[in-house]
Amino acid sequence: MEQLLATDRHIHGLYPHVDIWGFPISAYLFLGGLAAGILVFAAIYYLLGREKEMPFTVKIAPIFAFPIIMLGLFLLIFDLHHKLFVWQLFLAARPESPMSWGAWTLVIVSVFSLLWPLSFVDSIDDYLIKRGWSKMTKVTEAIIKFEHKWIIPHFIIMSFRKYRKFFAVVLLIYSIILGIYTGILLSAFNAHPLWNNPILGPLFLTSGVSTGSAFVMWLSDNHKERLLMSAIDMSLIAIELFFIVHMFMGMEAGAEVYKQAAHMFLGGEFTAVFWGVFVGLGLILPFTLEALELRGFHIPTALPALLILAGGLLFRILMVSAGQMSEYAMFP
Amino acid sequence: MDNINRRDFIKISSVATAGMALTWSGTSFVSDLLKGEVVPLSESIAKKVPTVCEVCFWNCAGWAYLDRDDNLQKIKGNAIDPHCNGRLCPRGTGGVGMYADEDRLKKPMIREGKPGEQKFREVSWDEAIDHIVKKMKGIEAKHGREAMALLHHGKTGPHFEFLFEAYGSGNIAEPAGAQCLITREAGFITTYGAGLASPEPTDTRNADCLVLIGNHIGENMHNGHVQDMSHLIEQGGTVITVDPRFSTAAGHSKYWLPIKPGTDIALLLAWMNVIINEEIYDKEYVEKYTYGFDLLKDHVQKYTPEWAAAITTLSAADIRKTAKVMAGLAPKTIVHPGRHTAWYGDDTQRTRAIAILNALLGSWGRVGGFYFPERIKPPHYPHPQMPKPKWTWKDYTKEKHKMAIMGITNIVIDHALPEYKGKHKIKGMFITATNIIQSVPDVEKTKRALQNLDLVVVVDTMPSEITGYADVILPEATYLERYDHLRTSHHKVPNIALRAPVMKPRWETKPGWWIAREIGIKLGLEKYYPWKDFEEVLDWQLKQVGTSLEEMKKIGVKRYSKKKPLYINENEEYWFNTNTGKIELYSTDFAEWGYDPMPVYKEKDEAPVGFFNLIYGRVPMHTFGRTTNNPNLYDLKEEGHLWVHPKVAKIYGIESGQEVWLKNQDGKISTFPSKVRITQRISPTSVYLPHGFGSKSKKLSRTYGKGSADYEMLTNIKIDPETGGTGMRNNFVTLLTENPHKNIES
Amino acid sequence: MRLGMAIDITKCVGCGDCVVACQTENNVPIGYSRDWIMEFVEGDFPNLNLHFETQRCNHCEDTPCVRTCPTGASHVIEGGIVKVTHNECIGCGACIEACPYDARYFHPDGYVDKCTFCDHRLEDGLDPACVSVCPTECMHFGDLDDPGSEVSKLLKERENYSIIPEAGTKPQIFYLK
Repeated sequence: MEQLLATDRHIHGLYPHVDIWGFPISAYLFLGGLAAGILVFAAIYYLLGREKEMPFTVKIAPIFAFPIIMLGLFLLIFDLHHKLFVWQLFLAARPESPMSWGAWTLVIVSVFSLLWPLSFVDSIDDYLIKRGWSKMTKVTEAIIKFEHKWIIPHFIIMSFRKYRKFFAVVLLIYSIILGIYTGILLSAFNAHPLWNNPILGPLFLTSGVSTGSAFVMWLSDNHKERLLMSAIDMSLIAIELFFIVHMFMGMEAGAEVYKQAAHMFLGGEFTAVFWGVFVGLGLILPFTLEALELRGFHIPTALPALLILAGGLLFRILMVSAGQMSEYAMFP
Repeated sequence: MDNINRRDFIKISSVATAGMALTWSGTSFVSDLLKGEVVPLSESIAKKVPTVCEVCFWNCAGWAYLDRDDNLQKIKGNAIDPHCNGRLCPRGTGGVGMYADEDRLKKPMIREGKPGEQKFREVSWDEAIDHIVKKMKGIEAKHGREAMALLHHGKTGPHFEFLFEAYGSGNIAEPAGAQCLITREAGFITTYGAGLASPEPTDTRNADCLVLIGNHIGENMHNGHVQDMSHLIEQGGTVITVDPRFSTAAGHSKYWLPIKPGTDIALLLAWMNVIINEEIYDKEYVEKYTYGFDLLKDHVQKYTPEWAAAITTLSAADIRKTAKVMAGLAPKTIVHPGRHTAWYGDDTQRTRAIAILNALLGSWGRVGGFYFPERIKPPHYPHPQMPKPKWTWKDYTKEKHKMAIMGITNIVIDHALPEYKGKHKIKGMFITATNIIQSVPDVEKTKRALQNLDLVVVVDTMPSEITGYADVILPEATYLERYDHLRTSHHKVPNIALRAPVMKPRWETKPGWWIAREIGIKLGLEKYYPWKDFEEVLDWQLKQVGTSLEEMKKIGVKRYSKKKPLYINENEEYWFNTNTGKIELYSTDFAEWGYDPMPVYKEKDEAPVGFFNLIYGRVPMHTFGRTTNNPNLYDLKEEGHLWVHPKVAKIYGIESGQEVWLKNQDGKISTFPSKVRITQRISPTSVYLPHGFGSKSKKLSRTYGKGSADYEMLTNIKIDPETGGTGMRNNFVTLLTENPHKNIES
Repeated sequence: MRLGMAIDITKCVGCGDCVVACQTENNVPIGYSRDWIMEFVEGDFPNLNLHFETQRCNHCEDTPCVRTCPTGASHVIEGGIVKVTHNECIGCGACIEACPYDARYFHPDGYVDKCTFCDHRLEDGLDPACVSVCPTECMHFGDLDDPGSEVSKLLKERENYSIIPEAGTKPQIFYLK
């Protein structure tokens, strides 16, 4: 069977398969997942009452969540083709559109991710002073001054502190939604069989949380905190691997288009980079390194963390590009 | 205002019907402030101007619609036009691009560089025409007025034909003859005493069976043919297609005979053999209206299906079967005459075989066969008697080619060659609206002739290759910017159609009538141009046929009732315009002139080892090279791919989309490569290349260098003895995967 | 009312008139098109089958493009016509990803553009531009909900199919075999 366009249609990004989402969207998904992961840990360990033992996880890491989300949003907006109209995104709330509720989730999470560290500003100040980072304490002190001077910010932050448990629960829920969203955004598209599977949401959440733990592992100077994160991360990697295998098994059991989608990773053009680079270097190698570290081997702390972070980004790049290649109608 | 209201209505209802989400975005006034959405102007209130399409020469009548700013928006068919029935083809619809093309010729130009080199100086119309007149006077002094020639095409032609006739030059020819349908006309005139002209009087809408021989209707988008074929298919009619390629028509046919190229006459003779010997021909019709049946019967005895099978590579069973099918549905069977029939150098005989087959089936003058068309011909605007030239094209063409019913471009060109030493020397040439570099085969000869001329004037809208050989280029306004002669076609419904200017000519372009008249006046031919504006001519002519320019501007097309019957009245005597007064199955003229009185199959050249038959044809979106640079149509099809069978592709190791160059049997190599389409639709012994691509004119910014040009490969030209038409399908090509120009290119 | 098309593939020759007519009707910029033609060749020389399909937005009953649109720019109007309000579109591309038919594309101005079934012509009682020009008259347009409409009758009388029905969007353009 020969199948071709009888009339030329050289529209960018449509042929031979849809190709309109590139690195900015992959990075956006990665950053969303990373921020979600960081905030999930902060909320959980706060709720578990372990903020003292895990100061970095609960108080310091969330400082990065807001800029990470902002960077993600910037990339999303950067990728819009009708940028001047971006405000339309915030004139509508369309629960059926992942792009819409994702944007709103991002807004909500970004507000919390900003308030969370602000509510801890005193502890953060202490944290910095202890480490002698005097330049940065200038910032925290300025914030403290500002807060005390102005009534409305003061009231907001005070209320936040007061109901922090409640807000922690909300933050946890929204962070999980954000993590899942990064997967649902793709899996909402039936037109791309690779994306169209229910595992993508949990898989992206797991991967996002894993990158969050890696982030803590990488930057925390608390050995215990790092080891705990390592242990958690190992189980996350195990879950991720389980999801990945399960995902492909599900596709193999599906209709022809799903088989074809899975085939891109099982013998097709993405096989080597997916299994070799992402699974091998981005999951199994850091898993092994973490296991060795737990057994007392000396491993440069940043190595497994950075591998996981890079792997997380690569995973999203692969899923975004392969997903767009997976279509019902393919052109030769 | 209507539009705005309507949009509001839709918006509100959309919320009601869609209403699935919490949409707070009813704030469209905010966004409307930024930028309004433009709804196309309704056809019912838009201004429209009647036009007659000139993108191809089917010449459909249509309406050009203007947008809110009085710019050209679109062109649609005129519903009462019998050529198009309100529906244009893609090229007609894309005619807007002809007007919009920024690559158009903009100002008159005079050559500075050597011939073939595109170096020109922009001049005023006065200077350009003075230059032409001076040169023409020079030629006249040395060689006489007869030494001027005109090669033309389309509706521009008549303006210059008139100029030439008034001036006293009679070397007039168009590629539409020798390169296209002269052989077909000759074949039918010889048989029926009547030609077919355009549109062909095929009564396909009433037919039950249509036989296409290498006629790729559907890729060849002559509108009426396509519409009629589609109608026939819808009615459950049978299409039989004979083509070495699985053409679009073949794809829509009940029977496809993938014939070996060049062997059509063998098939046609075998069909006659079956139809005669099985006595399934229309006996009464043959008896009553034909001459020479017994001679034909004897003649075809040896041409059995088995004999033809060996030649055509078809099966004898298929030949028999299809003969029976077409005879079974006769007389509502049309063996289609085709249009471009200058193929093998025996095409008058080939189309005569088609004509004879139709006669055996009794389809000529019958419902569902060929009808008798009628034409409304307004008289010429009164003018003094034209001078009689001492010699014309007839003097050097007719003796050799008795059926040359019109000027033969290639023979006119022969008389401009430096080696021509006879008395009919051509020294100056006007070329209007035809790119003879692409349309007349043997391009090297054409170039030598052009370089030997004292004056070459090109009148065109686009800077095609031929403009590079001109001494003076005159930029013509496109059909959307000018009046032309009325369309007065032969048709089932007698009719006239008006082409009125839709837009003002862009830049300094001028309508053909204006250019010809200006030259005429400067040549001292004022008395032939007693009018100032072509509107006067049209209005006068229209008033002679019961209408006026004013009325025609409102209706575009006027239909008249038919005076003569459409078909043969079986109860009356019918006299054909031949020597015998009958359909000549045996041509008495041909017998007298020494041509074969009945078609004979002659062997054609065989492809050398490693070479393939070059089959050229069309893509439906383009009219030769006329449209390949048209922005709309270029958008639709940038390049015609070279069709190659998968087996051939495998041998050469070619991948789909790869570029290959062509080399023909004489070692001629294509300038540009073609992208390959690997397809089962072409036989492994042939390749297919759409015509009109591979332009070498850099001024055609889009199409320049896109694809290889079939014309470059046409070096083996077989002249049809009866007409002088050029057989162009005796050329073979091989594929070059490496760039053959790599070392030569500068 | 449920507007749709019945397209006769036994008649279509793939000329592309529908594509140009759409361009000139709707000011679709050069280089873009809301409709297009696919060619399908089956078999081996000389036992072949060929058909063309003029394709465009299927104005699906189930509209993933509308569902995934974050702003409501993509919406459905009377008759089930799927439209995009340019000034509400942010150009995120979600609807392009959601469409199994490649029917949507980024207009050079940034918003997403697509076939509208020429709703501005329907108001005048005219067929969409593509249908109105087709020289083979292979395209039929009308109300699929009205059993008396030409399209309904054709679909009842003749074997037909739609493209990529397995994507589950319930396309409203049918091809008559």
